[in-house]
Amino acid sequence: MQDALYTENLAVGYSGQVLIEDICLHLRRGEIMTLIGPNGSGKSTILRSVIRQISPIRGAVYLDGRPMDRMTALETAKRLSVLMTDRVHPELMTCRDVTATGRYPYTGKLGLLTAEDWEKVDEALALVHGEDLADRDFSQISDGQRQRILLARAICQEPEVIVLDEPTSFLDIRYKLELLSILKDMVRRRGLAVLMSLHELDLAQKISDRVACVHNHAIERCGPPEEIFSGGYILELYDAVRGSYNPDFGCLELESPGGAPRVFVIGGGGSGIALYRRLQRQGIPFAAGVLHKNDLDYPVAQALASKVVFEQAFAPIGDEAFRRAADMLDSCEKVLCPLSGFGPMNEKNLLLKELAERAGKLA
Amino acid sequence: MKKARPRYWSSFFLLFVLLALLVVWNINAGSVSLSGAEILRILFSPSDGSTEFGIVRTLRLPRICAAVILGGGLSVSGFLLQTFFANPIAGPFVLGISSGAKLVVSLVMISLLSRGLAASSAALIGAAFVGAMLSMGFILLISQRVKRMSMLVVCGVMIGYICSAVTDFAVTFAEDSNIVNLHNWSMGSFSGIYWDSVAVMAAVVGIAMAMAFFLSKPIGAYQMGEVYAQNMGVNIRAFRLALILLSSVLSACVTAFAGPISFVGIAVPHLVKSLFRTAKPLLIIPACFFGGAVFCLFCDLIARTAFAPTEVSISSVTAVFGAPVVIYMMVFQRGKNL
Repeated sequence: MQDALYTENLAVGYSGQVLIEDICLHLRRGEIMTLIGPNGSGKSTILRSVIRQISPIRGAVYLDGRPMDRMTALETAKRLSVLMTDRVHPELMTCRDVTATGRYPYTGKLGLLTAEDWEKVDEALALVHGEDLADRDFSQISDGQRQRILLARAICQEPEVIVLDEPTSFLDIRYKLELLSILKDMVRRRGLAVLMSLHELDLAQKISDRVACVHNHAIERCGPPEEIFSGGYILELYDAVRGSYNPDFGCLELESPGGAPRVFVIGGGGSGIALYRRLQRQGIPFAAGVLHKNDLDYPVAQALASKVVFEQAFAPIGDEAFRRAADMLDSCEKVLCPLSGFGPMNEKNLLLKELAERAGKLA
Repeated sequence: MKKARPRYWSSFFLLFVLLALLVVWNINAGSVSLSGAEILRILFSPSDGSTEFGIVRTLRLPRICAAVILGGGLSVSGFLLQTFFANPIAGPFVLGISSGAKLVVSLVMISLLSRGLAASSAALIGAAFVGAMLSMGFILLISQRVKRMSMLVVCGVMIGYICSAVTDFAVTFAEDSNIVNLHNWSMGSFSGIYWDSVAVMAAVVGIAMAMAFFLSKPIGAYQMGEVYAQNMGVNIRAFRLALILLSSVLSACVTAFAGPISFVGIAVPHLVKSLFRTAKPLLIIPACFFGGAVFCLFCDLIARTAFAPTEVSISSVTAVFGAPVVIYMMVFQRGKNL
């Protein structure tokens, strides 16, 4: 199937200065493509060039198979709608009026809406669960509600492509989830193509069909999220040297305190996570053990502990791991045991706990 | 838009009633008072050569027409400028556009008068347009550098003062018997306007108004901001140019005939929008025209009669009623980038 929108060797920037070049994005129908990358990398510049708000320095954007710079503003308007970060202050307009501006390209000389147009406006409002807001003044609703109304506006323009610039910024978690669910739903039901930028990596990973990473003046990588969010690439993308990012859970951890462990934590099954984080906050270097490699605690311990004693997944804790843990426990001043469940796989952890108790280190 | 129709009709009805009332009152008011029957007779029967007939037909009626046409044009010009700058306190007077027009018009008039020539309406409008565009050019240059809207207005007021000062110099040093009229005009006045001028201003304002009305659709889109307007299919460059030209033509035409008139361009659109409780250009552009006509007729009535036989300049009266509205707006506008 033909791409809804694609760019060909696009170079973008301001006042003749190229910021990002060789941009070749291919946006398919029924697909969400998300731009991620550090602040100032040029995500917005790319989006603003795609919607022709700034003119590209080189290359071209093709919409529906035709170069956009040869299409009239009206032809573009019927195929592409936007939700940008620019604040809008329409005067004395209800939310329904704001949504209705999406019908602009379909109205006549005086911009009067037909009954059919109003129906589409109400339909779009219903899609974003904005029926209750319809008659309220647009300037007197919350940011989250405003974004939803602007999304309804973009929807009732009946586009093939929607471009959104950080639609979830400033929204609380409920509205973030709501907005993205509506978007996902729209894409599936109407076969829309969506190009957007997001700050929230965890959301980008979950909602995107493909992710394009803007870094080092180029689209450094582009692919399905499972490809992008693997290995250490995300930290590299953001040039983040402090802390760590767990791509499986989209979870950020702060930097480990480092140094010789002073506390030993006997954890497992999720019981240790809160404790690891508390020790990190207090700046106390610690060791964690004995954890199976498939334990919930394991990735967090890896990120925060100075040492982690681990055992292979699905195997009972062996003598070797136990010995290493016992040695380490010996060198620590204090032992904490948030773990309360012991079974055949981790019964050696119970031995460790008793060892610590006998040594008078168990707190 | 869907449910508020009755409000729009009643608002228009109110404006028409006020307009009709003020027209009658204006015909009646003055040194010679007339009864209702006399007014009807004068309006609808052929000339009988009486003094009353002359006063109404050659003095009061053209003056009323001028106040209606120019007041309406001025408020629409203000509305267009407010749309252009996305700023509710933009207007031809505070942005210095009226004063720029005044400066060039007075220079042209003085140089023509000193050669013993009278300036034609077309020449005056042309000169006013040149002056309006000069001020507009400055404001556009400044608006690229200043992002705060209040600063832009301050700059506009400064431009206005500079233009007024230069005009005053010119008028003072060119003092001669013909200049007395010029002095009255440069303070703003609807006096001394006759039917030939009314015909010219009706044509110019009429055409500009029609064009503004047919720009309602993109103006509505532009109220959502430039980015969204462009995405809705508005050709931004052409549209902005049209807005600049139309608002300049309207305020130039007003200035050419009646001199600079303050605050009408800001106060009337605001009052009209509050009355209609909408900013939809399709309604507000005609409503602004009638609102401006009502406002100027009312102010002219006061200018003529309050201190009769001395006439006050129209700008003083519009300032008394318009400036408080502007102050109110600046204090109570929420969430605007002023």
